[in-house]
Amino acid sequence: MLGASVALIIVVYLIRLFTLQLMSDIYKDRADSNAFLRRIQFPARGSISDRNGKLLVFNQPAYDIMVVMKEQEGVDTLSLCQSLGITPEWYVQRMEEIRKMKGYSPLTQQLFMSQLSAQESSDFQEKHTLYHGFSIQKRSIREYTGPWAAHLLGDVGEVSPSEIERDDYYRSGDYIGKQGVERSYEKQLRGIKGSEILLRDVHGRIKGKYQNGRYDVLPIPGKNLTLSIDLELQKLGERLMQGKLGAIVAIEPATGEVLCLVTSPTFDPREMTGRQRGQHFATLARAPHTPLLNRAIQGIYPPGSTFKTSQALTFLQEGIITKDTRYPCNHGFHYGGLKVGCHGHPSPLDLVPSIATSCNGYFCWGLHAMLDNRSKYPTVQDAMSTWRDYMVSMGFGYPLGIDLPGEKRGLIPNAEFYNAKLHDRNGRPHWNGLSVISISIGQGEVSLTPLQICNLAATIANRGWFITPHVVHAIQDGELDPKYSKRRYTDVSPAHYETVVQGMERAVLGGTCRSAYTPNYVTCGKTGTAQNLGHDHSVFMGFAPKDNPRIAVAVYVENGGWGATFGVPFGALIIEQYINGHLSEASEQRAQALINKPISYAPLRSRSLPKD
Amino acid sequence: MEKKKSTIGSIDWLTICIYVALLALGWTSICGACYEYGEPKDFLSLAAFSTRTGMQLVWIGSSLLLAALILLLDDRIYDTFAYLIYALMLLLLIATPFLAHNIKGSMSWIKIGPFSLQPAEFAKFATSLALAKFMSAYGFRLRDSWRNLFACIALFLVPMVLIVLQKETGSALVYLSLFLMLYREGMPGSILFTGIAAVSYIVVGLRYSEVHLIGTWFSLGDALVLALIAVYVLGLLYVYCRHTALLQDADGIHQASLHALRFKRHAYITLFAIASLALHFSASAIVDHMPDHQQKRIQVLLGLRDDPNGVGYNQIQARIAIGSGGLAGKGFLNGTQTKLKYVPEQETDFIFCTVGEEQGFIGSAAVLILFLILLWRLIHLAERQPTVFGRVYGYCVFSIFAFHVIINVGMVLGLMPVIGIPLPFFSYGGSSLWGFTFLLFIFLRIDAGRIRMQR
Repeated sequence: MLGASVALIIVVYLIRLFTLQLMSDIYKDRADSNAFLRRIQFPARGSISDRNGKLLVFNQPAYDIMVVMKEQEGVDTLSLCQSLGITPEWYVQRMEEIRKMKGYSPLTQQLFMSQLSAQESSDFQEKHTLYHGFSIQKRSIREYTGPWAAHLLGDVGEVSPSEIERDDYYRSGDYIGKQGVERSYEKQLRGIKGSEILLRDVHGRIKGKYQNGRYDVLPIPGKNLTLSIDLELQKLGERLMQGKLGAIVAIEPATGEVLCLVTSPTFDPREMTGRQRGQHFATLARAPHTPLLNRAIQGIYPPGSTFKTSQALTFLQEGIITKDTRYPCNHGFHYGGLKVGCHGHPSPLDLVPSIATSCNGYFCWGLHAMLDNRSKYPTVQDAMSTWRDYMVSMGFGYPLGIDLPGEKRGLIPNAEFYNAKLHDRNGRPHWNGLSVISISIGQGEVSLTPLQICNLAATIANRGWFITPHVVHAIQDGELDPKYSKRRYTDVSPAHYETVVQGMERAVLGGTCRSAYTPNYVTCGKTGTAQNLGHDHSVFMGFAPKDNPRIAVAVYVENGGWGATFGVPFGALIIEQYINGHLSEASEQRAQALINKPISYAPLRSRSLPKD
Repeated sequence: MEKKKSTIGSIDWLTICIYVALLALGWTSICGACYEYGEPKDFLSLAAFSTRTGMQLVWIGSSLLLAALILLLDDRIYDTFAYLIYALMLLLLIATPFLAHNIKGSMSWIKIGPFSLQPAEFAKFATSLALAKFMSAYGFRLRDSWRNLFACIALFLVPMVLIVLQKETGSALVYLSLFLMLYREGMPGSILFTGIAAVSYIVVGLRYSEVHLIGTWFSLGDALVLALIAVYVLGLLYVYCRHTALLQDADGIHQASLHALRFKRHAYITLFAIASLALHFSASAIVDHMPDHQQKRIQVLLGLRDDPNGVGYNQIQARIAIGSGGLAGKGFLNGTQTKLKYVPEQETDFIFCTVGEEQGFIGSAAVLILFLILLWRLIHLAERQPTVFGRVYGYCVFSIFAFHVIINVGMVLGLMPVIGIPLPFFSYGGSSLWGFTFLLFIFLRIDAGRIRMQR
């Protein structure tokens, strides 16, 4: 009886053991989470250099000061504060914060100060034996070789909760690319985290490596990026744009590689690292003229007369005009009460000189002839849709797909757009070509980004195709997205492009772009003087040399006046710098004169930034 | 010469083998529980006297010497000096709180040089000897009078109270196991049964008292206790009234006395049922009026509350450690939960965790089966004693071992309340190891002496 009872109880215990040890894994998991501390080993982030291998962004050691509360008692606080350059009040406040933090333990390391530079931490490093309980931990922060290309390069910052939710690679406190290339190539730059498994006792103390590190994984460093940017060109662009608002974009037409991407105003990327990032970011966000806005890809501007090239191509392809079609222009386009002004030049004129002199009348007549041609297009809506398709094929109206975050699409109106905007009292569409005539000269509803204008130049240089613009030339041990090597053809045949090229060549030889002329190579250009609420914007688009072009460029200077005032000389300087590798002495003087020539901007209230 | 040979030949070597096997397994568990991460793992380092594993080795070695010594001594001295040993032990127990150092609130440890001894551990065999002596007196029969039973109970109630005064409630509760021995020696089973029934009402009733049956004031606990009472009553009716029902038809001679007997039994069973109900409802009423912290403690013991950082923490960590062992365990010295001190009191009361974590299901099941064989063997040995003295002492040994194993392992597995008593031969410490060695080997020596009686 007694023996049987004992045997029964032991059998119950055996069943219990069986269920605990063999039926479920939860105890194993809980044991692991008890004892194992998976410490992440961070890979070095990839470096970034320009197309000639000049280093732009690299990693710099930074130092975190850690504290173990239980061990720090009795430290000479005053001396510590002096070493770290902090006030005793800050020290007291910080210690309070630490004690209130989630998961706080007086036995484990807590972050006391983060991201000190080698210089800031050197005094502490020397005396650290005096400060028992305080230690220093090495991390790395991004370092920039110069104050250039802030928007393009971007920066890294602490990962946000929503970013953690999107990608479970990240843990709270990790760093992630926030802007520019740092963001768009985050996956390549960040590398792959490693981990080591440490044993942690019940008090949270680390007791060593699990199985002598047999299950540890080494981190894989991030890939280095080579940008297509030419640092010297970028520097020149930023120098020219100092004190002016606008953008300069240059593209290598054959590859779609962006050679420079200048936006102004800009800021020093070196101020966006380490501990100051948050504060500096807030200052910039409030600053006038929106220095955080990357005007090259986010600025939405009327393209002005540079847009006329796209109109010529459309009219030619649609058979509305031929190279020899002539239109009159008597100081502008007059139709009934409608008038679009123009400057004085011979009239009537055919296509090539109309491009060279940037005749408004010619392109107004052209658009009228297209949109109001009821024998070719049954309705104005059909004509408008056809027109829109040409524009889209040239890369307008949608983001081009550059490898940078935040690119804007601009606006190419379509038939529905005008149906909604121009209608009678009953809501029926009521409009024709004349209603929208200003889009033919790049005004009105049309808007483009400087990148799209430059891409137009690159497409003309290529006589009918372009490759999606991109700023990365090569990824170490990796391949670029195939879309950055695929040619995108427009709906216009190469022969028509040749006509437009002639017009742009003529503009340099004797038209609006005369100051871009150089005997060394044949430059093709097109000015723009874009009307807006304020003083005109000065625009230029061009490429060189005419045959086998090496560079296409777009310059957009807000309120700069005539295209010829800033646009043409800036474009010419950019082309010269790239083709010759330097500026001649005369050009340097010209550049300096232009830099010194001020544009007065009304003190703007800061615009709210678009959310990224 | 011949006599000595026969004595050695009649020693129960199977029990000694189990004893040695348990000691060996016990020492490996101590190694697992005391090993500090990063120390060398070879035998010499583990055996160094400066470490706890080395100290335990000393205790094991001295226990083996002690065992040999006991086997060499004449078994008749225990019969002769039983009361003397008992009296000296009581004196020591009385003196202990005055000599003791306070260790975690316990006043049961006496420091002798570098060692600490816990007299309570030695009182077990002394009490057993006294009981055996008392109950083997000529003409003593437990059933004869209540006085005999109360005298026996008093014999172990005295050391029990003294140990409670030393704040060692767990060790004191062990003496309750001696009711098992009393049952074997003729104490009415109804007393044992009543005790077990009362404990089961309280445990089951409280365990499920917060689950209410839909639409009533009635809790699941109430329902289960009522069901238990019904099962017990029906069982009693079946066991005690079946025979009278069968006898009814035999002949008319004893009808009258049969009726009287049947009435008496029915009355007792009715009383049992009423008392059961009264106990259940008064117990829940009392618990409802207890201070919060006591209620909480009881609830945690019964698994009602999941309270990882409170009283239930130990048992949860124990389950995690054992559960993570899997089939074959993590291997000698490879346990993480015990090594990193997640399991509290892992080298004493919770030592079975180390077995579970490092040796897995295979190892811990083997240990349980070894204990089962030991207990079975103890019953077997006790039953073959030619003397009442030997049999009573044997059952005392069985009862004490059974209580320690069942309560300790049950506690670690989360099936029993947390009662701090050591697992024999496994838990760290010289006093308990010596105490169990005394207990077991005195019995083995008495058993070896049965040859003399049989000849």
